[in-house]
Amino acid sequence: MSDIKLENITKNFKQIVALNNVSLAIKDGEFFVLLGPTGAGKTTTLRVIAGLEKQNAGHVYFDGECVDSFMPADRDTAFVFQQYSLYPNMSVYENLAFPLRSPMRHVPENEIRQRINTTAEKLRITHLLERKTAKLSGGEMQRVSIGRAIVREPRVFLMDEPLSNLDAKLREALRVELQHLQKTQRSTTLLVTHDQIEALTMADRIAVLDHGEILQVGTPHEIYDHPATTVVAQLVGTPRINLLDTSIQDGNLVVDRSTLRIPIPARSNFPDKLLLGIRPEDVRLTQSGRFSGKVSLVEPLGVETIVHIRAGEQTLLSIVPGTSPYGIDNDIQFDLAGDRLHVFGLDGSRI
Amino acid sequence: MATIELKQVAKKFGDSYAVQPLDLTIHDGEFVVLLGPSGCGKTTTLRMISGLEAVTDGNILFDGHDVTWLHPSERDIAFVFQFFALYSHLSARDNIAFPLQAQGESRDAIKKRVADVAKMLKIEHVLNSRPGSLSGGDQQRVALARALVRRPAAFLMDEPLGALDAEFRETMRAEIKRLHIDQHATTVYVTHDQIEAMAMGDRIVVMSNAVVQQAATPADVYHNPANLFVARFIGSPGMNLIPAQYADGIVHFEGGNTYTIPDDWKATLSRELGSDGRVVVGFRPEAAMVSETGEMAAPTYANDLHGSYTMLHLELLKDQIVHVRASRGTDYKIGDRLRFDVDPHMVRFFHPDTEMALIKQGHLQ
Repeated sequence: MSDIKLENITKNFKQIVALNNVSLAIKDGEFFVLLGPTGAGKTTTLRVIAGLEKQNAGHVYFDGECVDSFMPADRDTAFVFQQYSLYPNMSVYENLAFPLRSPMRHVPENEIRQRINTTAEKLRITHLLERKTAKLSGGEMQRVSIGRAIVREPRVFLMDEPLSNLDAKLREALRVELQHLQKTQRSTTLLVTHDQIEALTMADRIAVLDHGEILQVGTPHEIYDHPATTVVAQLVGTPRINLLDTSIQDGNLVVDRSTLRIPIPARSNFPDKLLLGIRPEDVRLTQSGRFSGKVSLVEPLGVETIVHIRAGEQTLLSIVPGTSPYGIDNDIQFDLAGDRLHVFGLDGSRI
Repeated sequence: MATIELKQVAKKFGDSYAVQPLDLTIHDGEFVVLLGPSGCGKTTTLRMISGLEAVTDGNILFDGHDVTWLHPSERDIAFVFQFFALYSHLSARDNIAFPLQAQGESRDAIKKRVADVAKMLKIEHVLNSRPGSLSGGDQQRVALARALVRRPAAFLMDEPLGALDAEFRETMRAEIKRLHIDQHATTVYVTHDQIEAMAMGDRIVVMSNAVVQQAATPADVYHNPANLFVARFIGSPGMNLIPAQYADGIVHFEGGNTYTIPDDWKATLSRELGSDGRVVVGFRPEAAMVSETGEMAAPTYANDLHGSYTMLHLELLKDQIVHVRASRGTDYKIGDRLRFDVDPHMVRFFHPDTEMALIKQGHLQ
């Protein structure tokens, strides 16, 4: 496998800047996820790496070698798409063998058989090898698509929303499979998704993109615990982070239109007006809590319950394990985890 | 508002049932969610309640009156669809006012009702805009306002949040529920999203293959699923379900693991399973706890952060992954062998052939 470097990549489509001076270094064997909303530039990044799009400026390196002039076939990347592009009239085995039988590769048949058997074992599709792909379920088809990428033993896997056509249960199962596979194979993998759970659960590192620019690169823990901007903070975590308009008054953080006054943490270089971010699990319901509010809504999810708290005119979401004993309009006390508050400037950047 | 009763209501398309004969009472002011995968019959059921689809058999009653053969417009219901179905050439205000104008309400009454509902849904600032210029969330709020403005006998909602992106879905989910709490309008809500169903429903009717699998509160559907389908479908991930063999107070899993069952289950298992002993053991990911003294052991298969918690995936057997919910600092390597226990209050048992949950002796349903 290979490491990949993007250096100051800019890509324009007519007037639209799809990627604006993007630099990334993906390590050999890393599971790297590009996360962002539609139109962020995620797919364009993959296509530039694969050589399917030519960047307007900047360079792409594989293992230190500039591949700008390489045709897609010579870059030796394997693409897995959202839509499984399998040959419906061929068996699973034939589909897996197809890329290896390309005249450019000359892989002997016995090696093809061996590689397919190993891959099928890893993906738990051995029992499907003789079936026509048209007869497979969506989850099975996507396993075969991934298998077709794996048998080629490419330098890098490029996966564009590979799970988003599957139903929720299958997506959960394949997320675990994909993570296990990548960790045991140590294959350099770039996966594009708009689903924050996919990014958090599978990635070694995540790059958050928006409007063609990188907002943050970090491990799932870094992205979740230290979001660089309010956009990143809101993009990861469900339910979403509480973001509250706040001012500094007499050495306290005072949340606008509310009863929340929080003594400022010691190290304080805050502007007068700011945005305070508090994740729902850091709003802790406890009878001895310093703050008081009223329950405005309760959403029981089984494993946990989302409690909406009205404090003045602000609503805060809290998440509590299991079932909540609280009812609508109950008065409650709560605390905020002081060491887990996020402070952002009005421009959205972390302070 | 109305009580809605379905008595042996069925729908056939050709020879096959889209909905098998079903009995269901939706109480006045209740929020009932019809939940299931696509093709399970939930939308067909909703369409029969609305009158958009004729029943093949059975009767539908609104407040005791048989409406089975009444036209949709004679049933006094309001429909909210996944796609906003707004008139693009009319302003938001005129879209909302439309059903009242069609009913021939006075201009003053219309003005007041539109203003009230716009305030409730916080869309006063978009009333003069055309739908095309609004965000998805605001368009769906306008569609909701148009349904609410009429004060019908019942609201029927067919995946109203399905077309919204994740962030709006969460917000609108809470808004619709809050609205229901304030208005107490009888509501039947169709979704395939179990989280939405859990969060919103007073009661959830889980459907699969044209049959109602369970109709119960969210807590009951989650903690006491009636069968394997419900256990799997509710929760993300669903309940861990592991085939095993029961004998003398202990279940044996393939591969050598055992689980000593809680005393209060012994009589039930002996009675229900007989000498055959085959059983499916079920427990939710949060019911399993990693512990050095745990009775069961398995190697780590994967390990992932979900933000506020970590999910461990243990490979109990090939093709049998057990999900364990753990605190967010947890970090094990693939292959690390872990021991775990299951909370005796949260373990459930199912019959492998009937797929039905075993009911604990002395347990009140």
